This record gives sequence, structure tokens and C-alpha cells, in this order.
Amino acid sequence: MNWEVVIGLEIHTQLSTKSKLFSGAAVGFGAEPNTQTTLVDLGMPGALPVFNKEALRMAVMFGHAINAEIGMTSVFARKNYFYPDLPKGYQTSQMDHPIVGKGYLDVMLEDGTTSRVGITRAHLEEDAGKSLHEDFQGMTGIDLNRSSTPLLEIVSEPDIRSAKEAVAYVKMIHSIVTYLGICDGNMAEGSMRCDINLSLRPKGQKEYGTRTEIKNVNSFRFIEKAIYTEIERQADILEDGGRIVQETRLYDPEKNETRSMRSKEDANDYRYFPCPDLLPVVLTQEYVDDIKATLPELPSQKAVRFQSEHALSEYDANVLSSSRAMADFFENANNVAKDAKLTANWVMGELSKLLNQEQLDIENSPVSAEAFGELLVRIKDNTINGKTAKDVLQAMWNGEGSADAIIDAKGLKQVTDTGAIEAMIQTILDANTAQVEQYRAADEDKQKKMIGFFVGQVMKASQGKANPGIVNPILIKMLKG
Amino acid sequence: MFEQSISTLAQKLRNKDISSVELTRHFLARIAKLDPQLNSYITVSEQRALEQAAAADTLLQNGKGSSLTGIPIAHKDLFCTQGTLTTCGSKMLNNFIPPYESTVTSRFQQAGAVMLGKTNMDEFAMGSSNENSFYGAVKNPWNLDMVPGGSSGGSAAAVAAGLAVAATGTDTGGSIRQPASFCGITGLKPTYGRVSRFGMIAYASSLDQGGPMAKSAEDCAHLMQAMAGFDDKDSTSAEQAVDDYVANLNAPLTGLKIGLPKEYFGEGLDSAVADVIMTAVKEFEKLGATVKEISLPNLQLSIPSYYVIAPSEASSNLSRFDGVRFGHRCDDPKDLLDMYMRSRAEGFGTEVQKRIMVGTYALSEGYYDAYYLKAQKIRRLIKEDFVKALEEVDVIMGPVAPTTAFGLGSKTSDPVAMYLEDIYTLSVNLAGIPAMSVPAGFANGMPVGLQVMGNYFAEAKLLNVAHQYQQHTDWHLQTPTMAKGA
Repeated sequence: MNWEVVIGLEIHTQLSTKSKLFSGAAVGFGAEPNTQTTLVDLGMPGALPVFNKEALRMAVMFGHAINAEIGMTSVFARKNYFYPDLPKGYQTSQMDHPIVGKGYLDVMLEDGTTSRVGITRAHLEEDAGKSLHEDFQGMTGIDLNRSSTPLLEIVSEPDIRSAKEAVAYVKMIHSIVTYLGICDGNMAEGSMRCDINLSLRPKGQKEYGTRTEIKNVNSFRFIEKAIYTEIERQADILEDGGRIVQETRLYDPEKNETRSMRSKEDANDYRYFPCPDLLPVVLTQEYVDDIKATLPELPSQKAVRFQSEHALSEYDANVLSSSRAMADFFENANNVAKDAKLTANWVMGELSKLLNQEQLDIENSPVSAEAFGELLVRIKDNTINGKTAKDVLQAMWNGEGSADAIIDAKGLKQVTDTGAIEAMIQTILDANTAQVEQYRAADEDKQKKMIGFFVGQVMKASQGKANPGIVNPILIKMLKG
Repeated sequence: MFEQSISTLAQKLRNKDISSVELTRHFLARIAKLDPQLNSYITVSEQRALEQAAAADTLLQNGKGSSLTGIPIAHKDLFCTQGTLTTCGSKMLNNFIPPYESTVTSRFQQAGAVMLGKTNMDEFAMGSSNENSFYGAVKNPWNLDMVPGGSSGGSAAAVAAGLAVAATGTDTGGSIRQPASFCGITGLKPTYGRVSRFGMIAYASSLDQGGPMAKSAEDCAHLMQAMAGFDDKDSTSAEQAVDDYVANLNAPLTGLKIGLPKEYFGEGLDSAVADVIMTAVKEFEKLGATVKEISLPNLQLSIPSYYVIAPSEASSNLSRFDGVRFGHRCDDPKDLLDMYMRSRAEGFGTEVQKRIMVGTYALSEGYYDAYYLKAQKIRRLIKEDFVKALEEVDVIMGPVAPTTAFGLGSKTSDPVAMYLEDIYTLSVNLAGIPAMSVPAGFANGMPVGLQVMGNYFAEAKLLNVAHQYQQHTDWHLQTPTMAKGA
């Protein structure tokens, strides 16, 4: 059977506020257990929540970025359930009146087409603490540092039809929240986590199939793999005539499989009701408009600007604007190099290759954008050629100094003196008389193929410093004799 | 000395006729002698009291301090007090020593008041008789076979018997006013949001409000001056300027418009109580007030509305008592579920368990609209009734409770009869307005409280009305016989 996959995503984004959603405790990763807590985060009797207005501002920013209706009156609600790392016995979240209402994103796919993914809502909620199951010999440790950390839960419509589209959508959300500076985007530390709702239906069928929810997937790669794995699992069951059980599942990246956590029958009745300790959040139009006016440039806007301002292709503009760090690197390097096409090629080419080799993000590049720009200047002014530039970049990467320092120290300055080049060519022609004879006897097509040999010899003799643009015409002239 | 007012005692302290340490010792001695009969205190914090008294004496010697400096008071055992056991009347918190101070008690500390101890109460403030305490029932000082009312029964009994100059209470559905009425003292439930709830162990967050319980309106004014005000730790506290309650006490009542809601004088009201209330109203007419009948048509609906909203909030508020971080944990739990179930079954008393179950049910999927949302709609109607009535009159008067204090154990087997005790008080909490109980006489040999209700943030008006009445009557000066025995 030909199955169509239907995917909706819930993305939990940790907002990068200094303090927690409902307390003054610091937010941070990796601190000693229970050191970043106040009475509120510990759920002490009599402690009361106080809403962090910075989280509100960030949520409204996000709402604007996805073209959403802003909830002018949003209401915090309690989601009640017992769990040891949920200190109050309820999570303060938003239910009927979220801060961000309906919006959408146009997601660009790998084949260059775009598809619109609807966003149902985004709401503010507090995170729970952590249960530590190791090191406690038959007991469980509780760390409440994460308790009350602010999250923005972004809920999509079931508009996504493939694993690739899901990943493109998550990457776009990632890019937006980091552009806005409302999330550090660090997925390894759990700053973005994704719940995947997935069902299959025969192609052409209108009704949705029974869905499963895969909880807490925390990397782009795992999202893609978890979706493929779950599609396969569901398709196998359906093709054997079985039924999908509506349940929550967990993705195990080591075994590359999903497994059941709990079925719908075991699901909690969360008994949502408006939190009486917090007043409804009422916004003024002025507040909402002010945030819109001060919104930073978003990835899609930046891509358009890169095309018009720098005459880049749509593809290059999209790649370079896909992350704020990449875009900033490009713009800062180009400010020095003053050649957008050259800068774009080198950022997307050699630099990306080095970053990939060492699995580094561009913000952690050992070569700064300015230093990188200085290297490009030396390509532009013919001080070095492209091949030498790769070696210089590698040396810069290794921390050997600036482009100019390395070019100087290694004597890599390109030879552009025609007299010197002519002498060099003459020596090579004299040493290879047989090849010169063959060349002269050949027709034009063959000559074109044979010229490479002589260019190679010249470059070797010059240790790569000869400027190919100067070598070629002289060589051809001298070969003709 | 125990019968004297705060302003008299403050004057004596300032004149060095007496020291705060002496005054504190006097009350500690009275507690030691009389409280075994009443059981009004759960904890007597003698050492803390004497330290605070000594500090107050130093302040006073330097000519500093407020009208409360050196005055020994008691706090309902629901206000968290740093380093002092805070039980909320429950076995669940039998071992709970808060590492922080509630806003209310810390404001009293800053004012220099001395804390004698923590008073008994219905468990988690759920009850109208103070019989729902893990620490035993409290007795009414006017008749030891009678209940003192609840849930702030310990505070009411302690003040009535002269075991504290004054006390704090909290009122979710009448828990300050009804025990004040039963014990013959003056109590004020302020406007919701007037007094910070930070550090008050929550029963029903949208209804809970702390307030003063004392012998007179004047004493309540002194307490309110310290308690009231915005607190940035409580998001529901009001950013509204605090009136000068003491300065406003002496305004004349000429032209005061009093509304008498006919629903407060219908079936179920003890006729002896009704007589006391009507006599009190006549006294106000003598003071220049005019009286008109008004209607609060949705009064009857306040009981079902309250008994959905309060338990719903309670079921969630009390979820944090899970045996994980503080409070009671059962022995040898075999797994997580067993720990939750046994810790809570052992730690909570019957009434608390009952209300958690009612609230859990009311919030459940499929029932939420029919119960919780409907109750909220009724709540709005009740509020509108008051808003409308208070456009025509300055204050509303009626009884606090349909009866005087009843016998210990007489209603414990009939929870509905017990819930009906709250008929005249619940609607005030649902609307969020302030209301007082003012001693107005005796019926069946027990005190009767007149309820005075006012508009939002009209505490100064209520205290003024009650004070003027107390200038012309002496019901608030009556002392139970048992209190004179020491």
C-alpha cells in the first residue's frame, strides 16, 4: 500500500531569560543539583509564583516572527499530575488562552520548493525538575535546578508530510528563535526538544489514521531517524492488518527504534484549570506593536536582502541566512573582503568543510570572520592563488597567525613578474623536449588536454606561487615557439 | 492587664510603666495556666517571644518603634514562620519547620510585635468548628463544651480568653468572622489582595485572605496597618495605597447608609441571633445611620459555588504534600505510588481528604464545565449582587452565622449542616469584598457577631463603623469567666 505520513510537531523551546519563569532563581545548565532553586521552585508551602515579564516579551517576539495572532489576554493554567520531580504536583502552563495563537511558517525544502506549515499555538509553561536514577542505590535523586525554567511550547498543525520536511521545519524554528535571541538553540543541553505526532493513512484518504507521539527527541538527526523508524513500524503493522495503538513512545537512538512508554488508557486526566495564584496577562496594543517594531531581521528577510544587496543567488542567500551565526560570519567577513560572491563561496566551501571535519558550529570557528576576510583580500588582490589560500586557511585554523603573517613567514606570495615566469617556463620546456615536440605536432583539441602537464610543472617549480592567470597565456605563446 | 487595648498597652510600654518582657511573661504565664483547658495553641514559642520582647524593649528605650512594638500576639499556624514549627493543623506538616517567614508575620516582626506562638486551626483551614485539627479540638472560652468556630478557632479562643493581645487569622469562607462571632471578639476579613498571601499555606488561593482578630475594631486597625499593603512576592496582591486605619476610626456615622439583605434574615436564622442583630442595627440608627432593605438574590447559590471552587483549588494546592521533599512520608514505601498513597492517606485528616476528592472530581474531564465553570459563573453573579447593592448603601449588615456556637461533636456527623454554618460568610469571599464580625450581644448565653460588609478596599470604613458602635456599646469588653481565673 502507498502510505502518506502525517506529522505534527510540538517543540519545547527553552527561553534564554536570566531567571526562571516564576521565580528569581538563575537559569543555567550543569550547576550542582538543587543550587539554582528558590522556595517557589521547590514547591514549598505558601510560596507563590511571580511571572517573569522577560519571558512574555520573548513569546510575543516569537508570535510576530511566525505571523501569529498575539493573545491579548493569556491565562496560566495548572496541569495537575504527580511526579517526584514536579514539586508542586502541577505544572503551570497555558491551556485555553495561550500567549501566541494561530500562525504559520513557509519552510524551504531541499529541492528548493517551499511548503507552508501551520502553527496552531505557542504557549508559555514551566519546565519540571530532573529525576536522577543512577548513584542512589535503589532510590531516586531529585534535582530541581530546571524546575520552573521557562519554555515556549510551539505546536504545529498536522501539516508535515515527510521526515525531511519535519527536519526543515524544526531547523527553521531553531533558526528563528536563535535569530530572535530568545533561545540559545543548544539541543544537546535540551534547549530545544521535540515531540513528534505521527500517523499513516492510505494516499488519497481524508481521515487521519491513529497517531503515536514520540517524546523528547533532541537533535535534527534523531528527529529524522525517529520518523523513518516509526513510519516503518506503523506501516509494518498496518500492512499485516494490525491496528496502531494510540500511545506515547520513546525513541532510542542507540538501537534506532521507538518503544512504548504509556498507552492512552494510562494517560493522565490533567484537570487543567486557571491558576488562581497568577492574574491573567493582559497586553496593550502599544506593547505588542513596540515589540514588533524592534524585531531583529529574520532569516527570510535576510535572505531577500542578501540577494538584492549582495547579488547572491537564492540558494547561496538561503544557506548563508539559515543561521544567525552563519549570516553574521558572512557579513563580517564580507565587510573586510568587499566581495560578496567570493566570500559566499569560501564560507560555504572551504570554511564549512573544515567546520564539518571537526564538527564545529560556525560560532566556534577558530578563524574569526575578520581574519577570514583578510585572507579573502589576499586572494582578491592576487597576492596568493586559491590553492595556496586553502593552505593558508589551514594554517590559520591551526593557530599559526593571520593570513598576512603566514604568507610572509612561508614565502607564499604569488609570482606575478612575467620575466621570472618566462625564465621558469623556458627551463621546463628545455627539460621536456619530447613533450614539447608532441605538443607541437598535436591538433588544437589535443593541445588543450596536454597543456595541463606543463601548467603542473610550472606550478611545481614555483611551489604553487606562480599566478595561473599569468602563466597560461605565456606558456601557450612559448609552446607555439 | 490582658484586657487592655493595644493603644493602652503601647502607651504603658512607651511610658515604661511595664516592659515588653514583663508583658510577654504575663501572657506566657496565662497560656501555661489556661490553655490546657482551651487547646488554642499548637506551639508556644517562649524563647522567640522573650527574645523579641527584649529587642522591643531596646527599641522602646531608644524612643523608637510603632504602636505594635512589644505587643504580644499570636499567629494562626498557617503563616510560615522561619525556624518555628508550622503545621497548618495537620499531621502532614507535623515536622515542618519553614526556612522562610511569611510576609504577614515578617511585617509584624518589623513592627516590633512579639510572637507568643502559633494557634490551633482546622486542618488546612478546612472547617467551621476547629474540630478538624490533628492537634485536637479547641474549646470555646465562653463555654468549654462549645466549639470556638473555625477555621481560625485557636486565634479566636486565645484572644477571647486573654492568651494574646490579638492574633492573625485567615478567612477563605468565613474562617475569621465566624470564630470571632462565636468567641465574642472583633475580626476583619480584608478585601482579596489587600494582605499578602506569601507564606500563607494555601487552601483556596482565589479566596484565602489573612486578617486581624482582636478585642476591638481599634485593635484591628492597629494590626491592619502593619498587615496591609502590596507585596511583589504575591501576584494577586493589590497595588493600592493603604489607608490610615487608625486615623479614620473617629469619623461620625451621620448619614451612613446601611443595607439589610432580606436573604440574611430568612429561614434557618436563630431568632435569638436575629434579635441581637436588629438591636445592633437600631443602635446604628441612633448614631445617625439610615437603614434600608436590600436584596442579594444569589446568596443561596454561594454554598454550592464555594464548595466546588474551594475544593477544586485545594485539590491542586495540596498536591505538593507528596512525601517527597517535606512533611509526612510513610514508612518503608514499596514504590512511588505506594509512597504517594500512604503518605497522603496517613498525613491528611478525613475532611481534607474529602475536599481533595470533591475538588479532583469537579475538575475532571467531562465534569469541569458542569461544576467548575458553572461555579465560576455563579461567583460572578454573586459579585454583581454586591457591586449593585453597594452602589446604594455604604455598608451591608447581617448576622455572621445563623446560630451561636454549637456543642462540640454536635455537627461532626452531618457535614451538610456544618457547611450551612457558612451561608452568610461564603459570598463575601466569592465576591472578594471586606467584611467584619463585631460583638453585638449574647444569645443562648453565647456571643453573637454582627457582620458588616463593605465595598472593595473599604476596610477603613468598616473599622470606623465598628469602632463608633464600640464607643457606644460594651459587648466587645465582655470577658469569659474562665479568663478571669488567672
